[in-house]
Amino acid sequence: MKVDRRSFLSFLIGGAAGTALSPLPWKLTDDISIWTQMWPWVPVPERGEVTHVTSACTLCPGGCGISVRKVDDRVVKIEGLEGHPVNDGGLCTLGLAGAQLLYGPQRVKAPMKNVDGRLVEISWEGALGEIAARLKELRESGQPHRVACIAGTDRGTVPELLNRFLTVYGSPQFFRVPSIQDTYELTLYLMQGVRASAGFDFENADYVLSFGSGLLDGWGAPVNIFQAHSRWCERGGKLVQIEPRQSRTAAKSDSWIPINPGTEGALALSMAGVIIKESLYNADFVNTQSSGFDSWQRLVLENYDTESAAKMTGVDPSTIAKLARDFAGARKPLAVCGRGKGQTPGSLKEVMAVHALNALVGGIGRQGGVRAVPEPDYIDWPEPEMDAVAAAGMQQGRVDQAGGSQYPHARYLLNRLPEAVNSSADSPIQVLFVSDANPSYSLPNSKAFADAFKKIPMVVSFSSYLGETAELADLILPSPSYLEQYEDRPIAAGYPRPIVNLTRPVVEPLFNTRSVGDVVIELARSLGGTVAAAFPWDDYRSCLKETLGDKWAVLNDKGYWADEKSGSGGQPATFETKSSRFEFTNAEIEAMTRFAPVEPEGDIAAFPLVLVPYDTMRLWNGYIGNPPFVIKIVPDTVLKNNDGLIEVNPATASQLGLQDGQAAKLTTPHGTARVRVHLFEGIMPGLVSLPTGLGHTAHSKFLAGKGVNVNALIGSVEDAATGYEAVWGIRAKLDKA
Amino acid sequence: MKVEKAHKFGMFIDLDKCTGCGSCMVACMAENNVPFREDETDKLISVAWMRVYKLSNNKPFPDTETSFLPRPCQHCEGQHGHSPCVSVCPATATDYDANTGIVSQIYTRCFGCRYCMAACPYHVRLFNWYDPVWPDGMEKSLNPNVSVRMRGVVEKCSFCFHRYQLVKERADYEGEEYMAEDAYQTACTQACPAKAIVFGDLNNSDHKVHQLAQPDNHNGGKPRAKNVFRLLEHLGTNPKVYYHSSKEWARRLGDNDVTGRDKA
Repeated sequence: MKVDRRSFLSFLIGGAAGTALSPLPWKLTDDISIWTQMWPWVPVPERGEVTHVTSACTLCPGGCGISVRKVDDRVVKIEGLEGHPVNDGGLCTLGLAGAQLLYGPQRVKAPMKNVDGRLVEISWEGALGEIAARLKELRESGQPHRVACIAGTDRGTVPELLNRFLTVYGSPQFFRVPSIQDTYELTLYLMQGVRASAGFDFENADYVLSFGSGLLDGWGAPVNIFQAHSRWCERGGKLVQIEPRQSRTAAKSDSWIPINPGTEGALALSMAGVIIKESLYNADFVNTQSSGFDSWQRLVLENYDTESAAKMTGVDPSTIAKLARDFAGARKPLAVCGRGKGQTPGSLKEVMAVHALNALVGGIGRQGGVRAVPEPDYIDWPEPEMDAVAAAGMQQGRVDQAGGSQYPHARYLLNRLPEAVNSSADSPIQVLFVSDANPSYSLPNSKAFADAFKKIPMVVSFSSYLGETAELADLILPSPSYLEQYEDRPIAAGYPRPIVNLTRPVVEPLFNTRSVGDVVIELARSLGGTVAAAFPWDDYRSCLKETLGDKWAVLNDKGYWADEKSGSGGQPATFETKSSRFEFTNAEIEAMTRFAPVEPEGDIAAFPLVLVPYDTMRLWNGYIGNPPFVIKIVPDTVLKNNDGLIEVNPATASQLGLQDGQAAKLTTPHGTARVRVHLFEGIMPGLVSLPTGLGHTAHSKFLAGKGVNVNALIGSVEDAATGYEAVWGIRAKLDKA
Repeated sequence: MKVEKAHKFGMFIDLDKCTGCGSCMVACMAENNVPFREDETDKLISVAWMRVYKLSNNKPFPDTETSFLPRPCQHCEGQHGHSPCVSVCPATATDYDANTGIVSQIYTRCFGCRYCMAACPYHVRLFNWYDPVWPDGMEKSLNPNVSVRMRGVVEKCSFCFHRYQLVKERADYEGEEYMAEDAYQTACTQACPAKAIVFGDLNNSDHKVHQLAQPDNHNGGKPRAKNVFRLLEHLGTNPKVYYHSSKEWARRLGDNDVTGRDKA
């Protein structure tokens, strides 16, 4: 048969037409799409029984209730607990991603020992034996005060057990991670005579004046404030945000007042001056419930007139006067301070100035005002018996000089620890326990903390996650994650009512972990004598159950316990000062240094710019490293590949000859970093800003090596009055890379 | 046979309340088994069904203003269910459900031509360029109610349709005819710490979303409520996500072709 051109083409066209009319192409397309989806490595989640477990989130101090959805024994989703007084169903980015912390690669799966820079697994007996031996040795040589502990908080049974252990062992060196609550507690003590934390009734306030507090950036109990903000939107409440950079809080505020950073206290005092001069204050409160008003008013009127305050703060005199009138004219005004998420204690005199503003308008204890929330009193263990070694050890001063002659009011000055360790040839701290904290990443001057931890002969970390401090530790005794154990969490983060949450084992512990409480009880037992006698419990769970007493049943049932007595209605505040009144000033306050703006470190000629860190809800910057979902939602104007972006005002950038997206070298007196430029109209010219929460070196590949840790570029600046960490920025320069 | 009145599920997002925190994005990822990679900074390929955009009035310091806009799939109805993506899909992998008003996405039918991505004016659709990989142990948190997608298919927000199915199944089983407003809520609505998102049936005047958006169903669902708008209204896509903002510049950005028109 001869195949000519004609029949060949006929065959080709006929074949093509026939195939197209047959189901073959459609079947093949369908098959291809199915075949390409049958990869064995695509997981198929198993079905199972669905249950919901009520528990509490401990990832930030905010104290949200959570409802954990499980499928058989797997945690599938974490949601906000409906009806919880703090968050009523809502939850933040970090809380929602909690399952990734439980199952993620950053978990420490067994006790570890650092051998020549490598972490090797060790048995619990081996690890505890090593620590007990060292503790015995120190005690026998009369040096129990050279043991220290850093804890995320000092509230709740676990920190109290740690503190109790140190006390009966003979060491006063207990540290709590600093926050604005340090300064607020001291303010309440000095002005109201009470030992309490400050609670803010945002929900009922109708005019909130925030001196740089990131109320919508993670300050306090974030979800609670978010919901309060939404109510302000509905009812016409006002939010005024005073800060040099337009944070999310400033973006959402009704009025954003840019101010020269560090001068917020001057603005508050100047506003007070206007309120006094125009007699706009609450005369009833000032005349009948306060003392020291006359001498304080003299100080304010003499030094903080609007003209001179305007020079200092950069805010117009007319704006200051308007702010003062609006604030005093509102029905339920509320002033608050503590920059960003409130993780820096800041300047005492600034907090006192803001607190005095609240007092001027009668906002102390009033509905929609500031309340003194008493410290929880359910932990009522008998005073431990102390032996001679412990008594002698407790007589030794603290290494940070807190409570000493220079800083008599401070309780914990963790910011002073690195200097004390690094400046002496033989570290004054020989053994350091770290629980729920990651200071060598999360605190200003993080490098100095890292150096100190390297120098301390034995650092013991209780971390569930392999963070920066855990990596530097000599021993890691991993605790179960918050989804694997019982723990009480009294919350204090600015919430206006006493409330205690309970976490519970939603799943059986996945790894070879032990709770910190159990480890402390075991260590005490192995030391014997009075130390062991102070811990009469079999284990942590029985200690917790016994301590909570009748609250246990409520906590187990609802997940939280709230003080019903202190309802949402305002209660008259009680003042336990010498005068039994609110003290605008007194001898003790006057003896301290007056308000002065905290100056940034560095020489203005060499470093013409000022670097200020900023906090955001999309990046968490404390002990917890951001899980993959949280890093995933970071915008590309904050992180691009592995480069962190620095916010620069276009005017400043054009002076420096820098373009949007261009690589640059950022230098501060503490170091340099490679960054990219992000032009942002929301930042004051002359300032540059980096987010906190990036630049990790540890945790997991989803987090490490991304962006810049701003804490490594910033040093520590002490508040002259208290010794507290007061740094808010540092001088810097930005060059083309 | 009794004909059930069709639902039309929709969303109302109050931009005055939205703080741009991103909780909706994380809640969505956790609910819907969205994968993650080491570097997610290329936002053109980073899979996120819900995305929060930052809007600016572009004025210089200190007059600059910022607003945040969460953007799920808009579940366009178009004219009688002719949403832009549904009209172009050659594989019927995406369809408009007249009973719920939800635009579906059936992964096993999708063969990755990405025609729908080109057609969608809202960039809600995302292509899986990579195989999803969960580090050892992390696959435990996967939700069995949502199928895991694979390389080569397009995915998008489903208004948490699996939640609707669960509620519907239960209601059918128990013989209930009425589905309570709070029985079916999307993961983002539930998680929003600011309670800025309201979800419900736009056809049901008892539902909050209907009352807030006041859709004019005879006029392509156009909102009648004050300061309420939809994205790219002029395209006639008839989306089911309504936004509220008291800022005029933000409303204008929502429909970038109508400068001046809303003033009339």
